[in-house]
Amino acid sequence: MRTEIRLSGRGGQGLILAGIVLAEACGVYEDKQVVQTQSYGPEARGGASRAEVIISDGQIRYPQAYDPDILVALSQPAFDRFAPKIKKSGLIFADSFYVHTDRKDVVLMPFSETARNEIGREVVTNVVMLGALSAVTDIVKLESLKKALKHRVRSAFLDLNLRAVDAGYKLGKEIWKKRSS
Amino acid sequence: MASAKASGKKHSFTPMVHTYLRMDNRFPHVWCPGCGIGILFAALIHALHELNIPKDKILLASGIGCTSRMPGYLDTDTFHVLHGRALAAATGVKLARPDMEVIVVGGDGDMLAIGGNHFIHAARRNIGITCIVLNNYNYAMTGGQQSPTTPRDMFATTAPYGTIDDPADACSLAEASGAAFVARTTTYNFVQLKRFVKTALSRKGFRLIEVVAQCPTIFGRLNRMPATKDLITWIKGHTVTLEAAKKMDADELRDKIVTGVFVDREVEEYSDRYARLIKKVRNAH
Amino acid sequence: MRRLVSGNEACAEAALRAGIRFFGGYPITPSTEIAELMAEELPRVGGVFMQMEDEIASIMAIVGASAAGVPSMTATSGPGFSLMQEGIGYAAMTEIPVVVVDVMRGGPATGLPTKGSQGDLQQARWGTHGDHPVVVFAPRGVEETFALTLRAVDVSERLRVPVILLTDEFIGHMREIVSFPSRVEVYHRQRPRVASSEYVHYAEENNYNAPYASYGGGYAIHLTGLTHRADGFPINDAPTIRWNNERLRAKIEDNLAYLEDNYIDDDPDADTLIVAVGSSARSAYEAKLLTDKPLAYIRLLTLWPFPDATIHRLARGRKRVVVPEMNDGQLCREVQRCLSGDTELVSVTRNDGSMLTPQEVLEVL
Repeated sequence: MRTEIRLSGRGGQGLILAGIVLAEACGVYEDKQVVQTQSYGPEARGGASRAEVIISDGQIRYPQAYDPDILVALSQPAFDRFAPKIKKSGLIFADSFYVHTDRKDVVLMPFSETARNEIGREVVTNVVMLGALSAVTDIVKLESLKKALKHRVRSAFLDLNLRAVDAGYKLGKEIWKKRSS
Repeated sequence: MASAKASGKKHSFTPMVHTYLRMDNRFPHVWCPGCGIGILFAALIHALHELNIPKDKILLASGIGCTSRMPGYLDTDTFHVLHGRALAAATGVKLARPDMEVIVVGGDGDMLAIGGNHFIHAARRNIGITCIVLNNYNYAMTGGQQSPTTPRDMFATTAPYGTIDDPADACSLAEASGAAFVARTTTYNFVQLKRFVKTALSRKGFRLIEVVAQCPTIFGRLNRMPATKDLITWIKGHTVTLEAAKKMDADELRDKIVTGVFVDREVEEYSDRYARLIKKVRNAH
Repeated sequence: MRRLVSGNEACAEAALRAGIRFFGGYPITPSTEIAELMAEELPRVGGVFMQMEDEIASIMAIVGASAAGVPSMTATSGPGFSLMQEGIGYAAMTEIPVVVVDVMRGGPATGLPTKGSQGDLQQARWGTHGDHPVVVFAPRGVEETFALTLRAVDVSERLRVPVILLTDEFIGHMREIVSFPSRVEVYHRQRPRVASSEYVHYAEENNYNAPYASYGGGYAIHLTGLTHRADGFPINDAPTIRWNNERLRAKIEDNLAYLEDNYIDDDPDADTLIVAVGSSARSAYEAKLLTDKPLAYIRLLTLWPFPDATIHRLARGRKRVVVPEMNDGQLCREVQRCLSGDTELVSVTRNDGSMLTPQEVLEVL
């Protein structure tokens, strides 16, 4: 089984780090095969940025997403560009603050607002998003994400990131519950 | 040389010089009669000898050109690198073997045109290299094209109507880039030349000596000074000491060769700095 | 131990493990991470990282450090690789071992700094003037980048040749799960055992594992980019020029069996052979698995010297040879030389900064 995840948004939103943490959580701490790639422009901040993670039980040859099973969009341009290009059965998660859409199938979540209001730092939006993904999909366990964060995030910022991933997980559960009821 | 050897004079310097040369298979050399490079070569060998620098610790590197043929004749480790690239390659050698005495020789074209970028950055880093630029005002090996140091209104095969470029000043460039030692002399003044080479070899960091030298066969012929004597007289006539230059204005100095030591400062040599960095990094872990 | 590692990280880690102790480089996307890692790690193992003033200085600094006995490497991408060519020729002529990593990006000129390509396959072989020996390895992913970096250092040190590792932006920035070996064997170049007066720097013998002197070793060696005699001094007579050229050629040709390295998945029923290299081989192999048709497949881990005989043997009697690649057909030209009879050659190319997909290969199968 091959699952393709595309994380998209602006440069500076930490999407590549999110891709690395997700890939490491699945690949190192859950023994799956993963490949993580990214695409970016010349800008260090702003511009378009995306990271892709392919998760599979078997060897992964073609390393990029054909049509993703899961799309995360943290900016309007990224949403407009990538939302039409997902699998029929695919899921789209978009940031409710930065993305506006009438599409009812899109799951809007306040990733950036949760980061700002609950954690006090918008910079951890990417990690809130990972926590929420873990709550609403079966691609990765919360514990694996935490292990990967411990490895990838500098110790001074670890506590902040662990709180963010928990907040995201809680957010995901709540929204999913509302959506299913 | 052969007659000096035959005379067997005990203190004749020729036998000493011979011990520094690859006598068995490298001669005759490529240089023209009257060329100034031999004077620099002799000064360098004397300086190495008088400072008693072990031969197996010496690396002589060069780029491409007449001056850059010097390494082929010196019986030490020698490195005849690409055109302009001697300083970059010598930087690698010095960092790999900081215990070696690394000397780079080259012409004005090699060092200041194609190798200009490496020249600036070697001086900036103060890598432990003694760099000797033999300035004969032209690309001699390729037949007398204009170089970055060809004075205004002089002739070269690529400046058949006289040069309109202003010449580069190797010493100012080295000084501005941060070199530890900067001096200029001429082949007319062998005693000063040898003294400057000895001083440079005794300092640390990047050391530049510019040696203005005659090229009678090519540059001299193109500029109506075909005899060695003419060109040396011209060089002598245009030379002023640093002290004398201080009393002259820019107009008077325009076509002058100012000789003397421009910079002599203490610096920490780059490979010493790197060794300190390694120590710091290793102690932290 | 399972780890998530990028191609560029794998390259730097392997270089350190293989004994590289000098790195001269200049920042250029998409290879810069290699330089950054070497800057951090080399001082920890007593080595030296130098950020040089340009790529020309970088290649010459590693040539200098290697001539002084220290295994040396640089990493760059297309524009920098172009600037290094004269220096690579110098290393070939003077027989100084160096490893040059080219993380390929789209070209020509500044081209596509952040997007991959396989546009330097031919430049890696013919980039410098004159006929010269060169060995080029091309990994398809992260684990192989580690293995082939080790091999690049090993072959370079043993044969006294410049070795080029051709990866690309896709591989350099891709992260995969790997577990590197805990121990690697490292070859240490052998110093001469004879007296200085007896020593000949370019002795007339197969270069493989031959001892050679470095600067500071007491052998008063002379290295020059000029055509030279066995003792290293320049010469202009025809027989010696032939001897010099022959020696450089022989060091590759006498060691073909040692240098050749392919992954072959043959099928006697197949009437089509796929020839692939590097990252695009991932899509080629995926395409092979997606079809029921029998297909023969060869992937070159050693791109140069080119495995002429092996491809000739595999292609003989087949109807078609398919060559997928991410340039305008550089590998295809080379494969063409190896074909005989009426075998049809099909070139599948993509050259727009995106990765060739398995579907694009599948279309011609």
